[in-house]
Amino acid sequence: MEILVCIKRVPDTSENEINVNRDGTDIERDDLVYSVNEWDNYAVEEAIQIRDRVCGSVTVVTVGDEETEEVVRREMAMGADKGVLLSDEVFKNSDGRGIAGIIKAEVKKGKYDLILTGAQADDGAGQVGGMLAAMLDWPYASLATLIEVTDDKKIKVGREIEGGNLEMLEIDLPCVLSIQTGINEPRYVGIRGIRKTASAEIPVHGAGDLGLSPESVGKSGSKIKQLDYFVPDAGEGAEILEGSVDEIAEKLVELLKARGGIK
Amino acid sequence: MDTALIPPAGAYVLSIPAVVFSVLILVAGTGIFAYIIEKRIAPLFSAAPDPRLDHFKKRFIFMLKYAVGQYRQPRYLLAGIIHIVIFAGFMILSIHSASLVLTGISEDFAASVSNSIVGHIYGALKDVASTFVLLACVIAIIRRGIFKPKRYSVPPEYGKDHTKEAIFVLMLISTLMVCDMLFEASLTAAGIQKGLDTELLVPGTGTRLAAGILLTMSSVKLQTIHLVSYFIHDLTFFFFLCFLPMGKHFHVITSLPNTFFMKLDKGTVKPVVWGVEEEKLDDLDSFGVKKFSDFTWKHMLDFYTCADCGRCSDQCPANAVGRPLSPRFISIKCRDYIFKNYPLLGNAATNKKNLIGNIFTEDEIWSCTTCGACEAECPLMIEYIDKIVDLRRGMVDDGIVPQSLQKPLRALEKRGNPYGKMEKKRSDWTKEKGFSEKYKVKIIGKKETADALYFADSITSFDDRMQEIARSAVRVLHAAGVDFGILGPAEKDSGNEVRRFGEEMLFQELKDQNTDAILNSGVNKIVTTDPHAFNSLKNDYKDIPQVEHISQVIAREIKSGAIRLNGVEDSSAVYTYHDPCYLGRHNGIYDAPRDVIDAIPGITRVEMDKSSDRSFCCGGGGLMLFYEPIEEKRMGQLRVEMAKEAGATVIVTACPFCMANIEDAIKTSGLEGKMEVIDLVELIDRHIK
Amino acid sequence: MVRQVFAYIVHKEGVADDTALEMVAAAKRIDSDASITAIVAGTGADLNVVCNEIASSYQEVWKIDSEALSYPNAEAIRTLLVRILPKEGLIIAPHDTFGMDLAPGLSIKLDAAYLPDAVDIEGVDENRLKAVRQEYSGQVSTHVVCDISGGAVITARPGSFKADESKGAGGQVVDKTAEALEGGFPETGRRFIEVAEAEVGDVDITKSDILVSVGRGIEDEDNLEIVYDLARAMGGDVACSRPVVDARWLEKSRQVGTSGKTVKPKVYMALGISGSFQHQGGIKGSPFMVAINKNPKAPIFQAADVGVVADILDFVPELTDKINGSR
Repeated sequence: MEILVCIKRVPDTSENEINVNRDGTDIERDDLVYSVNEWDNYAVEEAIQIRDRVCGSVTVVTVGDEETEEVVRREMAMGADKGVLLSDEVFKNSDGRGIAGIIKAEVKKGKYDLILTGAQADDGAGQVGGMLAAMLDWPYASLATLIEVTDDKKIKVGREIEGGNLEMLEIDLPCVLSIQTGINEPRYVGIRGIRKTASAEIPVHGAGDLGLSPESVGKSGSKIKQLDYFVPDAGEGAEILEGSVDEIAEKLVELLKARGGIK
Repeated sequence: MDTALIPPAGAYVLSIPAVVFSVLILVAGTGIFAYIIEKRIAPLFSAAPDPRLDHFKKRFIFMLKYAVGQYRQPRYLLAGIIHIVIFAGFMILSIHSASLVLTGISEDFAASVSNSIVGHIYGALKDVASTFVLLACVIAIIRRGIFKPKRYSVPPEYGKDHTKEAIFVLMLISTLMVCDMLFEASLTAAGIQKGLDTELLVPGTGTRLAAGILLTMSSVKLQTIHLVSYFIHDLTFFFFLCFLPMGKHFHVITSLPNTFFMKLDKGTVKPVVWGVEEEKLDDLDSFGVKKFSDFTWKHMLDFYTCADCGRCSDQCPANAVGRPLSPRFISIKCRDYIFKNYPLLGNAATNKKNLIGNIFTEDEIWSCTTCGACEAECPLMIEYIDKIVDLRRGMVDDGIVPQSLQKPLRALEKRGNPYGKMEKKRSDWTKEKGFSEKYKVKIIGKKETADALYFADSITSFDDRMQEIARSAVRVLHAAGVDFGILGPAEKDSGNEVRRFGEEMLFQELKDQNTDAILNSGVNKIVTTDPHAFNSLKNDYKDIPQVEHISQVIAREIKSGAIRLNGVEDSSAVYTYHDPCYLGRHNGIYDAPRDVIDAIPGITRVEMDKSSDRSFCCGGGGLMLFYEPIEEKRMGQLRVEMAKEAGATVIVTACPFCMANIEDAIKTSGLEGKMEVIDLVELIDRHIK
Repeated sequence: MVRQVFAYIVHKEGVADDTALEMVAAAKRIDSDASITAIVAGTGADLNVVCNEIASSYQEVWKIDSEALSYPNAEAIRTLLVRILPKEGLIIAPHDTFGMDLAPGLSIKLDAAYLPDAVDIEGVDENRLKAVRQEYSGQVSTHVVCDISGGAVITARPGSFKADESKGAGGQVVDKTAEALEGGFPETGRRFIEVAEAEVGDVDITKSDILVSVGRGIEDEDNLEIVYDLARAMGGDVACSRPVVDARWLEKSRQVGTSGKTVKPKVYMALGISGSFQHQGGIKGSPFMVAINKNPKAPIFQAADVGVVADILDFVPELTDKINGSR
């Protein structure tokens, strides 16, 4: 099975608060470190496991600048066979639809049976997979936490829905799936593994290579634009409730009701 | 020469000269033994390299101390004494046994030896020895067969019980002893009957006792007993010799080379491959031990040497809390693997499987806290930590790392600390209100310099509770008049556990970055409050200034008078000192912290049952805090119970990880308010004048 | 011009999802005068019940009835919506597991803009819709403008818009089945097999909206009952911090933290939890956090929205009584 996994390089924000820069145009990036989007890492692991079960190859693709290449190498160190970097000045500031369009052009250059994306990334939109599937007219399912390859025509997919339940689907190939965390346990990639892929060639495809007109991508092709960034009001620590136990409990019940804390 | 009985060399059995049998047994016995040994040694030749021929003198002395001197045996008193008796008896009797073998070939040989003065003394000595050995064997058989100490039991997951083999061997030894006695006694009895000048037998020995009984027998019977006991002895001797390499009694032979080749540099971890420079590590195809042949020859010799005494596992904290690890079975499972895959008959197995998933489980190998209790206990100096680390290196290389450890490892790679906190926040602990106004902690590097570097390491820099230790350290160093600073954002995790969890390349990066920062800072010495950092900087890093744990600094400054202490705050409190593994066992610092505590006037300190080199690990530090072990109980909880039993109300430790684990354990054991834990430097900070 | 806004109604077993009314509010944030139409796809009596239920909140309710819709298949519904929606229309769906399945592809098929996971909408200026989104697990907010001249698909984060309870819209139910099924029920490459229910008793705290999380302040296993009582009263699940798991009082699957589960609830009650960063690292999505701890210096108070300095053993039963009494 030929599998394409779409990955994204994102700032690792898990353990540190994020600040907005002075003019509010972006987050403060000076002290940030980057890594592959967590969901994408699960997607690559899943692709590798499927490949190891049924043969084929895994290609990772990403849209970004030269620095983005590092995450492609990381996922290749994990076990992906090939990597492709889609990079062009005109791709900058593409919205989700733009990114999906760029990847679609790359998909058209190859022949894939299955495309995996992470369920979401740093922007929390979770849109590229669904858009890409619609552009390709391939079936799509989001939030997959189980994939079983039935034969070379179809697969069985479990979608994680509310309440921890699993929606079981049968999907025709080729298709696009977005992968939810917890589908597997991604293997560890150490510095040694990454260094071993240092010499692997990663082709870079630009708008020209993909036959994309500059207007269809980047800022000009975007229907959605970011105006500014701001930090939502967090307040300085907790508001400590004062009074008798009875009064405090009373007040807390009100607050909880207002915030949907009492079902 | 006139003898009471016909000696074996002169006798006839079924009209064939008995000497024929003697020669046959000798040739067959030594031949089979040589063949077995050759087969056993073969895997060692295709093993990984392990240079152990340095420090010849030191090694020789250690061999005398641990193998011949049985130095560690009395740590388990009864078993130790029994073993020493059997061992010493064996040493004495081995000469006799060898001479007996030759007695069967040449009549003159025995006579020439025993008629000298040395021969007479030796004769008496070996009679005493054989009696003691026989007694020790009987006690040992009773102990193993009836009382069955728990230490020897084999949990079902680790295979079959070894009691039968142990008792069988004890019976073999007993047979040797009894035959020896009967052989001698029959000769003496016959001599007395004939009124000859007989060898004097030491009263109370088995030989004398037997001679007394045999005295009533006819000379024909005595002659039969003399010959039969000789040949049983001869056969048993060679059977035993060939049986040794078939199981745990191989140690009778391998303990000498194994102690000679023992690890000399405690606290360190072996390089990935001996002889491969750190810069060349990238060129290696594979890392660590994945298949059996990836072990070094010395580690294979360890497997042969394990005497199955169970002391390692008895001391192992992981085993004590029900983690799926028992160091004894690391050795035994591997020895079983060799026996199966390198058979005595036929060729070695070609299908080499991965060890993980076949003879070891992942959790088994991650369960080790590298506390070193097993290695401190092993009478034969078998190594475990290096093997565990090598197995982990193999797993890391194959990507087999629990998710709970992947996150901190990634954070260490990106941020230099396992929490993923920003580098610039590493010195935030110095900015605490009420502290920063009084103490200005220099960040040394380009602009400022200092005589000493205080290396805080990650947990002390980032964990709210442990930051208290850092601030106490600052106050104490200040009081002692030490000119010091910190590296601040340039400090990375020391990597002690990164290395011991098998992520060698990440460790190398952390080490390189720290080494650069330390050398750039221009300090003359390094002080740390974290024994893990202490161990790594001292033993893993190269060419950096001298490193001291703060307990050493304090002990010295108390002596010099620079630090003076007030009387104990709470004289009703009973203190006990918990030895951190990486301060005590790995680096031998047991006294300095105790001296420091005792320097507080009026303080009451008690020792726990398990202390110094038998200290019980709190649960492990560094990455171990992130690992989710399978266990029935927390090590810290057991440790707190031990402190309670000792009558202590305050546990003093000298390690932030011990603090974290013990503090947790006090709370989960419901001992809050009854038991307290404090770091040594905090205790001194509180009492400083 | 009166803007027409459509809302896709998620429903189950004859009951509309809470988001049905939240989307009324979201639509009004786009244009307070908007004509708001609900679209409900399903079958049989359940479908009619849902349509009638929400008719009081929407001016119009479009009903699509087909047996093939007894379980919603986002791929098929996408095609049905494309058939009935006007060009350049605005459609809102909840950003839940169904909306995430439907919306991105729908925007492509409608050739409309896609505004995912809006937490607030600040109105429309010319064809520019201004909205608020969150990024980096809610740590940073961002204003976005969306060009809706060609229509737009918007998903609204459940719980972010206050449900519009005004009712009285007096909407009509319009059966759009014939129009939607013109050309037959859409063929899709994706077929529903079944829903595999999560194991009973196996609480997945990562999915809980309300978590009552307990730390070592509980002191003893027997005291856990007060925590379960509170969770029952609030309709939430019980979670915990590491020491409680270490003590084997609760199973590992309930542990929140870097060595446990990462949870994304809406409300998080931290009971007797001091709030180590290892624990806080497991709480994502900025829930409304209430900390109850006897130690006023516990770091959890820095992270919490509301704090109560009290012994949980005393306070929690009081709180449970108050909640039960307030119904």
